[in-house]
Amino acid sequence: MSEASPAKAYALHLGVIALLFLLSFLLPDYYHGLLARIMVLAVFAMGYNILFGYVGLLSLGHAMFFGAGLYGAGLAVIQLGWSVPAAMLSGIACGAVLALVIALLALRTTGVAFMIVTMMFAQVFYLLVLYFAAWTGGDQGMVVPQPARVLTFGATALDLTNPTVRYMTALALFSLMLLITLAIVRSRYGRVLVAIRENEERTKMLGYDTFSNKLAAVVVSGTICAASGAAYALLFGYVGSSFASVQYSILPLLWVLLGGAATTLGPLIGTLFMYYVIDITSGYTSAYLLIVGIALILLVLFFPKGILGSIRQRWLGWLP
Amino acid sequence: MADKNGFFDLSKTALTRRTALKGLAAGAGLAVAPGFVRYAQAQSSAPIKIGFQSHRTGIGAAYGRWYEKTTAAAIKAINAAGGINGRQVEVIIEDDGTDPGRGAEVVGKFATQHKTDIVFGTLFSHVVIGSAPAAGEAKIPYFVVSEGHHVASTKLNRYVFQPGITDVKSQIQAMAPWIAGNVGKKVTMIFPDFAFGYDHRDYLPPALKAQGADVIAQIAIPPTESSFTKYFPQIPAETEVLYHVMVGPAVLTFVKELGEFYGSNRPQLFGFMDSLEATDINSPGLEFLDGSHFWEGSPRYAQPDDSAAQKAYRAAVGIDDNGAAVGDPKDISTASHMFGCWETLYVVKKAMEDAGYKGPEDRAKLVEATEALTEFAEGPEHPQGPKTFNGKIHQCFGIQNISKVEGGKLKVVHKTKIEDGLYEAEGDYTTQAL
Repeated sequence: MSEASPAKAYALHLGVIALLFLLSFLLPDYYHGLLARIMVLAVFAMGYNILFGYVGLLSLGHAMFFGAGLYGAGLAVIQLGWSVPAAMLSGIACGAVLALVIALLALRTTGVAFMIVTMMFAQVFYLLVLYFAAWTGGDQGMVVPQPARVLTFGATALDLTNPTVRYMTALALFSLMLLITLAIVRSRYGRVLVAIRENEERTKMLGYDTFSNKLAAVVVSGTICAASGAAYALLFGYVGSSFASVQYSILPLLWVLLGGAATTLGPLIGTLFMYYVIDITSGYTSAYLLIVGIALILLVLFFPKGILGSIRQRWLGWLP
Repeated sequence: MADKNGFFDLSKTALTRRTALKGLAAGAGLAVAPGFVRYAQAQSSAPIKIGFQSHRTGIGAAYGRWYEKTTAAAIKAINAAGGINGRQVEVIIEDDGTDPGRGAEVVGKFATQHKTDIVFGTLFSHVVIGSAPAAGEAKIPYFVVSEGHHVASTKLNRYVFQPGITDVKSQIQAMAPWIAGNVGKKVTMIFPDFAFGYDHRDYLPPALKAQGADVIAQIAIPPTESSFTKYFPQIPAETEVLYHVMVGPAVLTFVKELGEFYGSNRPQLFGFMDSLEATDINSPGLEFLDGSHFWEGSPRYAQPDDSAAQKAYRAAVGIDDNGAAVGDPKDISTASHMFGCWETLYVVKKAMEDAGYKGPEDRAKLVEATEALTEFAEGPEHPQGPKTFNGKIHQCFGIQNISKVEGGKLKVVHKTKIEDGLYEAEGDYTTQAL
C-alpha cells in the first residue's frame, strides 16, 4: 500500500465526519436514530479493529470490554446516582482496567489459545453479570432513568434522549475515536503494531518490546470498546446482559471483516452495511439471518479483505 | 395483517422552488380530478396502525408465532365488528429477534418510520425492558403482553402498559394459599438461575410464609446446565412439595432425570406452565408429571365448564380441545400467555374509544384514558376471566388456574380469585410527565 500525505488522509476523515454531520439534517427520523446507534457501535468495531486489524490478534471476548463500559456507566447512574460525565468516565475506566488485567493474562498465549482465553474471560464476565443480578438486573437488564440522562454544562442542560442531541453526541464520540484511531495507526507506534502482525519474531529482533506494545494495544482497544459501551448505556438508556454475551464478541469481528480489517473507516462501513442488510431483509423474511450469512459468504469470496480493504487493494492504495 | 418495510422516505428532503411548483401543479390537478373526494374521505377513515413487536426469531419464536395467530384473530374480530372508532385496524409486524437491542430499534421504527399509533405485543422481559426507554422517548404507548413484574414495578415509564395479562408476582402470590392448603407445607424450589427464576425465588417464600408454609430449600440451576441429576441430592428428604419452574429445551431432560431419581416415590410436584408452553404434555419423558399440578394462565385443554366466550375465543384463534392448532395436533399453542394479546387489543380498543383517539397527536390522551380504566368484565373481549386494572402501576389483576395432569391432559382443579393476587402498589406512573 502506498502512503498518503497526512493532509489527504485527514481530509478524507474530516470529510466523512462532515458528511455524517450533514446527514443529521437530511435523514428521515428513523434512519437518523438508527445512524446514531450505528455510530456508537462503529466505535466498538473501531476498538476491535485496533487489536484484530493492526496487531493481528483475534479476540473472541471483546463483549466484556463493551459490557464493562456499559455497566461501568449504567450502574454508576442507576446505583450511585452519578452524573453523565462521571458515569462516562467510570465506564471508560472500567474498560481500561479490565483490558489491562485481561491483557496481562491473555497475552501469555497466542493464536487459537488467545481466542479461547479471551472467549473464556468474556464468558466469566457474562456469568458474573448474571450472578450479581441483584445489582446488574441479570438477563433482564435495567433501564437508565430518562431524567438522569442529562448532560449539564453550567446553566445549559443537554437531554441525551433528544434525538438531535443524541445524534450529535454519538457523532462527537465517533469523530474523536476515528481521529484517535487515525493518529495511532499513522504513528510510529501504529507501525510497530503492524510489524508485530506481519512478523512478531522479526520485530523482536529489531529491538522492540512486542509484549509491551501488544499490552498497550489491548488496553487501547478495550478502552475504546468501553467508551462505546458507556455511550450506549447513556444514550439509549438500557444495560443488559445480552450486550455482554458471545454474540457481541462475534459482531465486531463481522463488522470489521465486512468493512475491511486494518482500515480506519472499515468499521463504520461494516457496521452500517450489516445494520441495513438486517433492517431491510427482516421486513421481507424471518430468515433474514440466512441472507446475512449468504452476503457474508459472497463478501469473503469476492472481497476477502472486506469492502474498504478491497477498494484499497484495487484502486485506492493510499487509504489508511 | 401486513409486513411493511420502507427505505428512505422523501418526507424530509429539501424542497426546491422547482419541486414546490411541480407540487402545486400536481395538487391543483388532483383537486379537480374526480377521485379527489373519495381520496379525502379515505384519509379521514385511514386505518389505525398497530406496530406488533414480534419474537419471530430467537428464543421466543414459539411464543411469537402464537402471539401473531392470536393477534390476527383478535384484529379480524375487531374489524368485523366495525373496528375502533369506526376505523379499521391494521397490524404491522417487525421481528425483534427476541433481542433487547433490536427491540429498541423496532420500537423506534414503528414510531418514526411506520408511524404506528401504538406498539404492542412483546413477551420476553429483557426485550420489554430494553425497548421501554425507546417507547418513552418517542412518547408512543407500548402495550406489552409479558407477565413480567417490570411494568408493575414502576421502573419503566408512563408509556408502558400491561393490561391483558397478570404479572408473575401476582401469579405466585395467588398460587401460595392453594399450595399450602392442598399440596404441602414444606416446599423445595428448583428454578433457573436467571431473572425468571429469581421472580419465583423472591416472591414465593413470603407468600407461602403468610399461609403457614415454608420454603425449606432453594436450588438454582445455572442456565448453561444440560444435566440435573447432580442437583437432586440437595433436595431435603422432608420435602413435601417440589416447586419447579425450569424453562427452555432442557425441561424434558430435567423431568426425565427427576423421574429416574425418584421413581414412584416422589414428593408432590407443582410447576408453572411456562416450562411446557408449546410442548406436548404427552412427550416421551414427561410421564413422570402425571398427577402433578401446574399454574396455567388460560387453560390449554378445553374444560367442561368453559364459558361461551372461552369457546368462541378458542375457535377464533384456531386451537382444538387439546390446545393444539386445528388440523395440526403437534402444533401446541402457548395458551397460558397468548390470550393476553386478544385481551390487550380489546383494552386498546376501549381506551382509544374513551379517549376519542384520532391519531398520534392523541397519544397522551390515550395514556390517560388507559390509566382511567378500572375493570374488565369476563366476556368475548376478556375470555380468560374478569380483571381489575390499576392505572397507577399500569398492570391488570385477574384469576389464575391450577390444573392437574390426568390421563395426558390438564384438568383445571381450582381457580383463584382476583383478590388472591393483589399487592401494594410500588409506585405511581401517573405522577410522571406525559
